[in-house]
Amino acid sequence: MSAVVVLAVVLPLLASMVALGLRHRDVLRDTVTLGALSTSSVLAIVLLVDVEANGSVVVRLGGWAPELGVVLVADMFAVLVLAVAMLTILLVEVFAIGQRGTASGAEPNVVGPMLLVLTAGVALSVLTGDLFTLFVAFELMLVASYVLLTHQGRAGQVRSGMTYVVINLFASTLFLFGVAFVYASTGTVNLALLAQRVPELGDGVRWGIGLWFLVVFGTKAAMFPLFSWLPDSYPTAPTTITAVFAGLLTKIGVYSMIRFHTLTGMDDLGPIILVIAGITMIVGVAGALAQDDMKRILSFHIVSQIGYMLMGLGLFSVVGVAGAVIFIVHQIPVKTVLFLAGAMVESDRGTSALGRVGGLITSRPWLALLFALPALSLAGLPPFSGFVAKLALIDAGIASTSTAIVVVALVGSALTLLSMVKIWSGVFWGVAPEDLPTDPRLTRRGWFTMSSATTVMMAVTLAIAIFAGPIWNMSERAATELLDGEPYIAAVLDDGADR
Amino acid sequence: MSATLIVVVGCLTAVGIYLATSRVLSRIVLGFAVLGHAAVLALLTAGGPAGDPPLADRTSPSESSNPLPQALSLTAIVISFGLTLFLLALARRQQDLSGDDLVEDDLEDRRIAEGDSTSSDEVAS
Repeated sequence: MSAVVVLAVVLPLLASMVALGLRHRDVLRDTVTLGALSTSSVLAIVLLVDVEANGSVVVRLGGWAPELGVVLVADMFAVLVLAVAMLTILLVEVFAIGQRGTASGAEPNVVGPMLLVLTAGVALSVLTGDLFTLFVAFELMLVASYVLLTHQGRAGQVRSGMTYVVINLFASTLFLFGVAFVYASTGTVNLALLAQRVPELGDGVRWGIGLWFLVVFGTKAAMFPLFSWLPDSYPTAPTTITAVFAGLLTKIGVYSMIRFHTLTGMDDLGPIILVIAGITMIVGVAGALAQDDMKRILSFHIVSQIGYMLMGLGLFSVVGVAGAVIFIVHQIPVKTVLFLAGAMVESDRGTSALGRVGGLITSRPWLALLFALPALSLAGLPPFSGFVAKLALIDAGIASTSTAIVVVALVGSALTLLSMVKIWSGVFWGVAPEDLPTDPRLTRRGWFTMSSATTVMMAVTLAIAIFAGPIWNMSERAATELLDGEPYIAAVLDDGADR
Repeated sequence: MSATLIVVVGCLTAVGIYLATSRVLSRIVLGFAVLGHAAVLALLTAGGPAGDPPLADRTSPSESSNPLPQALSLTAIVISFGLTLFLLALARRQQDLSGDDLVEDDLEDRRIAEGDSTSSDEVAS
């Protein structure tokens, strides 16, 4: 199994180099890209099944001891997120192939290779067992995202790309300082060793490290008050790209925060995280209500939903963290499918401004369905995946007698539904205010590819609702492992663990 | 840990942040170059006092300097070098488009803040 863990990181990276070399050979490049992405998805699912049955897989790269070398750890939390993330990227690439050539499409010779780099970055940041490799993985992921965001070189993209790059660069520098502080105080950057040593530090140092990394990961995750870069930059990218960003980047920030703060036992920070979570939920959704463009409304919702994941973390109970885990698993496909529906509206009508499109329910009924189901799921209505995830969080909140955050979460959900209704009535209902011509470069085959990819993505979100039981069990196991810490430490430090 | 190095880290950070908060992209690039140095120096300082070159079989581990932060620093330097180049390329593109390299406001955000109801496409064009 250790080969599978390494391949999950190395394969997309190698394939990206090959795909970059094939930039003028469209068919060959697509074959390489899709082949690598589907292999990654299969590897991730194999890993998920194996870890579910046999427990964590630990790989020591080069055979070095954890004190000196890099370890990759595939535990329940990692493989659960990895499997969903790989599937999502694969479907986005299929969608991008369908959309290519249209006015709102991205450049195919950049998207394929860069998505592969992004895949490698996501896989490495999920699987890594030490803080510095996490920094490198973040950079890998972010460099790919910088290129994807600005590759068309349009004025708006360069403007917002600058904000995006500068903010993320700043967060990365803070990350590096954080690594220095952690190393100075504990003498290690390995997460398992940190899980042993950080709780033994003095209160001041421990709080300092906890808050520092809250800011670092919080900036990547777009939590309040560090979110303003997100609604500014995401909508300017081609919508396919925004879909993959929305599904993955911020979630990896939250993922790292959950991993770091639970393993190092930062329970004291719980109340602070809960307050931030509540404000993030409300500010995000309030921002969404003020917008009048589909992409911008959805971008503000990314911020709002981050609040729910932080809420699960802030409770620092098994049910709470398990709620956050299942919320991440549900959010990755739901957020992506909503943006893909947005991309389809844009391909069809040339714009996603609410005032300029309308009546799509008569001209594109299937597209209306592709938007409506995930939108209801986002708002948390039964029987969709969002309901399962939110129910888990609310349940955890009540169990921890944190009534305030439960009330805020419910208000946030109601407002989410309201802004989804706003998109629905603006884009799908009524009659189109202007007769916008359909993009002549949009072929029937392209449209078919796009709607198939989006449909499969939606099927994934429905599958999460149907298999909520097993997924919840896995989330609960992931949360127990994280909060306990002992199984993780034992798996990494035990000499015989390499299998 | 050397007090001098800590003071240097502090000064570099202050200068870097001052430059990075500017609106001119070329200054931001310089700011991040300086901030990157500060972070790398902080990493090196975190590794403890300097000693003999850490060569296996030649120096005893107790007398040699800590090789791990040096390896980490090297990685960090390479990454910040690459990103500086990317920022410069962005600045160049911005100059091609607008004639200067100032970071501009978000037009859409401004429009919504002012309660204007013209659609986003009209603002963009």
